[in-house]
Amino acid sequence: MNWRRAAIATGFAIPLVALFSYGMTRDPREIPSPLPGRAAPDFALEVFRAGDDARDGPSPGDTIKFADLRGKVVVVNFWASWCLACRDEHEALSRVARAYADRGVQFLGVLYSDRPASGMAWISDMGGQSYPSVRDPGSRTAIEFGLYGVPETFIIGTDGRVSYKHIGPVTEQLLIEKIEPILPPVAAQ
Amino acid sequence: MRAAFALLVVAVLALAVTPFASAAQSTPSDTVLEARVRAVASELRCPVCQGESIQDSPSALAQEMRTIVREQLAAGKSPDDVKRYFTDKYGEWILLRPRAVGWNVLVYVLPVIALLVGAAVVMRATRRWAAQPQGAPAVPGDPEKAQTG
Repeated sequence: MNWRRAAIATGFAIPLVALFSYGMTRDPREIPSPLPGRAAPDFALEVFRAGDDARDGPSPGDTIKFADLRGKVVVVNFWASWCLACRDEHEALSRVARAYADRGVQFLGVLYSDRPASGMAWISDMGGQSYPSVRDPGSRTAIEFGLYGVPETFIIGTDGRVSYKHIGPVTEQLLIEKIEPILPPVAAQ
Repeated sequence: MRAAFALLVVAVLALAVTPFASAAQSTPSDTVLEARVRAVASELRCPVCQGESIQDSPSALAQEMRTIVREQLAAGKSPDDVKRYFTDKYGEWILLRPRAVGWNVLVYVLPVIALLVGAAVVMRATRRWAAQPQGAPAVPGDPEKAQTG
């Protein structure tokens, strides 16, 4: 009788403990995004700060349309001046953007829930930024990208599909690893 | 100078009166729309909060998401269309009440099963206790009884 009870109790306890242990391995803040593999959301965003390397690139006041970037690899980075982790990735983003600017890769910094003036001051503090910064009034584009915090980075392929989404600060190595395989054909030659 | 002051007074008065004017203009259809917005917004999870709906969250992102809900409902979209818009962006995660498909079914079925199993255990135990003759120990495996018997 006691053996039977012990067996029943174990039968209930094992799946429960297994379920709880599995739950402990998961990060509740991590959201599985449905975006990778799907067409990136369309956007048209106003530039508030040109990239430092902009020779004939967009100037402040210009609108960058996603449709105009077709055929390029587009790296969209959401950031804010109040975001501490954004400081960690800024240099990597700026450096990789500069290295790939002539190889058909367009970087874009989208300011999230912040004032452009604060964004400009932050970029100056950080020693500049090689790619343009755009504003996102009402966080509409952020919502279109399913954003739930900053920094988040989306890499969009030449076919207009999201090939990779990264939550948290990116590194130079990670950016290169994700960009290299999807470079436009001409640039890859 | 006086004209500028008068203009300022008029502007301040106009601003002060605006909320009352817009409140007075709200029509029954506005109220219906707001009720529908509340219903949909309370089913959507706020992405920058912990377990809060966009209806309850004061965050800027939640406010903007409520605006999108309002715009889409006002444009004639159904609550399901609006929810689909958000699940397209954020996945099923955004729904505070998961849809009963696939593994999600467990969320709805397991509590009922647990309740039934619990009720069965309690019923069996109660019957066993009731069946015992009076004076017999209520707790099975009573240490005293175990020693003497």
